[in-house]
Amino acid sequence: MAKLELKYGNHACAEAAILAGCRFYAGYPITPSSEIAERMAELLPRHGGAFIQMEDEIASMAAIVGASFAGAKAMTATSGPGFSLKQENLGYAFMVEAPCVVVNVQRGGPSTGLPTQIGQQEIMQSLWGTHGDKLIPVFYPGNVQEIMEETIRAFNWAERLRTPVVLLLDEVLGHMRETVDMEQFTPDKVEIWNRKMPDVPPEEYLPYKPGEDDVPAIAPYGTPGYRGHATGLHHDYTGFPTTNPEMCEELIERLIRKVKRNQPEMEKNEEYKLDDAEVAIVAFGTTARAAKTAVDMAREKGIKAGLLRVVTIWPSPEETLNKLAKHVNAILVPELNMGQYVLEVERCAKGEAPVYRLNRANGKVIYPAEILSKLEEIVKARV
Amino acid sequence: MNVPFEKVLEKKESYFKYLRLDKLPTIWCPGCGIGQALKATCMALYDLGIDNDQVAMVSGIGCSSRTPGYFDGFTLHTTHGRALAFATGLKLFKPELTTIVFTGDGDCFAIGGNHFIHAARRNIDVTVVMINNWIYGMTHGQVSPTTPLGSQTTTTPGGNYEPNFDVAELAKAAGATYVARGTAYHVTELKKLIQDGIKHKGFSFIEVLSPCTIIYGRKNRMTFEEMYMWLKENTIPVKAWEKLPEEKRAGKLPRGVLYHDDSRPEYTEVYWNRVKQLSGGEK
Ligand SMILES: Cc1ncc(C[n+]2csc(CCOP(=O)(O)OP(=O)(O)O)c2C)c(N)n1
Ligand code: SF4
Ligand SMILES: [Mg+2]
Repeated sequence: MAKLELKYGNHACAEAAILAGCRFYAGYPITPSSEIAERMAELLPRHGGAFIQMEDEIASMAAIVGASFAGAKAMTATSGPGFSLKQENLGYAFMVEAPCVVVNVQRGGPSTGLPTQIGQQEIMQSLWGTHGDKLIPVFYPGNVQEIMEETIRAFNWAERLRTPVVLLLDEVLGHMRETVDMEQFTPDKVEIWNRKMPDVPPEEYLPYKPGEDDVPAIAPYGTPGYRGHATGLHHDYTGFPTTNPEMCEELIERLIRKVKRNQPEMEKNEEYKLDDAEVAIVAFGTTARAAKTAVDMAREKGIKAGLLRVVTIWPSPEETLNKLAKHVNAILVPELNMGQYVLEVERCAKGEAPVYRLNRANGKVIYPAEILSKLEEIVKARV
Repeated sequence: MNVPFEKVLEKKESYFKYLRLDKLPTIWCPGCGIGQALKATCMALYDLGIDNDQVAMVSGIGCSSRTPGYFDGFTLHTTHGRALAFATGLKLFKPELTTIVFTGDGDCFAIGGNHFIHAARRNIDVTVVMINNWIYGMTHGQVSPTTPLGSQTTTTPGGNYEPNFDVAELAKAAGATYVARGTAYHVTELKKLIQDGIKHKGFSFIEVLSPCTIIYGRKNRMTFEEMYMWLKENTIPVKAWEKLPEEKRAGKLPRGVLYHDDSRPEYTEVYWNRVKQLSGGEK
């Protein structure tokens, strides 16, 4: 039986985090993400968890990594300027393999930009914002129900791979009220993954020795006998710094491989009317909602359009995008930035189909009619 | 001096149980004071009877922040300036862990200044051992917020012209409830200061005046011996300091417990008591 509830996007994120087992939140207020913090401040104490409003976003990111090392499932949420401030410690979390979830409710940028309006300008930053090579899973839901699903999925992958996971929302999603079917979120129905624990006695324990899955089993700090060291410097299996080139190479390759090898299982897309499509739209988040309507409008006009809505945006669905390019005559990538994910779509299309853009970064959404006229333009150009 | 390293290890001191002996020798330069602070911390823990499994040590970046690597506990070497923010998360989630932060004058008061005042304001039960060597040691001698006026650094050719912080006053004003100053020369006394800091339930700040022999000493034409003698001759036990007339205080510093207040509530205790009231539950 469906259990329908009207939910606010940012609150859905907070409530799903609690369901996923999140028991630590640190953050700093910023529009349009603050309602996540406010909801966590109410929920966490009631669920025996810790909430703290830190002095800034740098500190918030640091605090969740500290709590993660103490064994907590931990989260922080922010928006544009705050996401920039979190970058150094996000890279640290990646390097020391601290499971955590970082939510970025995107607004218009750059800089203070458009605080109360939508943007999708952190598509590249979410992956490349912190210095050094890396691969961080990035999930981007498209409706309030999915905010809940993706928040839980973000925690699960963070714990399983011992990595930070970025959850991208946007201002419209965060501030949207939508009906959610809570049936799938009754605690006995939610699948929860937890980080693995060491399976060796303390004398043999090496915190950074990876298992077959490339993931090390680091004991929560405070576990008797399982003491260890963590550093953002390149390190060996003990966690102690090293500059040995073989060790450094092994580490950086493993950190990336550990995420990359799970791409097929992590991949999540919605395919809409793609079977017979001649022109495909690739979109995500709020823009994908408009794209879906545009597909229906185009079909009414006899244009065989379809939509690939990407949910796991990083690691990107390379194969799927390549197949799509082989299957259609043209691809359109509408996004609320000056052209970011389109670069990845072009890379994956490998020239199999021309890739068109529709960009906007002025705080306004892209409307279905605008996508439709772009589709018409593309079709006209190709006959 | 010049005791071979192997001979030192042979002594099997009681506090060695807190050291990762296999990671020694340290990266620190000969004569550097940081090792004295680590030793004092280990001796303090030993006398307090706190087991390795009960201690978390967190640091930022710098020579002083390399300390946790040699400490056999739950250790986290984090990013420059942010140790207290990491420690806040760890301590709040696991208040049962004795949490010690090792930091430097640059780490704690330049890049980390904001985290410092806020951790002090919250009065979270963390013990901060701040190695004040008046300079950025690790990056080879740039000016720091504690560099004395006139001192030579690589970024103040001709001598430092920026005023410096009185870090003990700053800690007190920000809300620290235990503030002490010790030196790398007075190790037994430093051990006692750190011990009382760990025992204190609240934010404890121990400034350790510590020679950076290789960088600060060389730039300011002070030998290793002169730097330690300076500490001996220019720091005065706080009781004697209080009796000292103003004109005799110039150029000197008091050492010992400078401030201690047991009346303010500790942050994690306040938080978890609220949780108990709201949830009646455990985490
Ligand atoms: C964000 C960032 N900025 C700058 C540095 C470079 N850096 C490393 S250590 C250090 C200064 C350390 O000085 P201090 O805290 O006094 O430690 P000391 O080496 O003197 O013990 C700096 C600036 C860095 N690692 N990270
Ligand atoms: S550079 Fe200075 S502070 Fe760093 S280890 Fe050497 S003497 Fe110590
Ligand atoms: Mg220094």
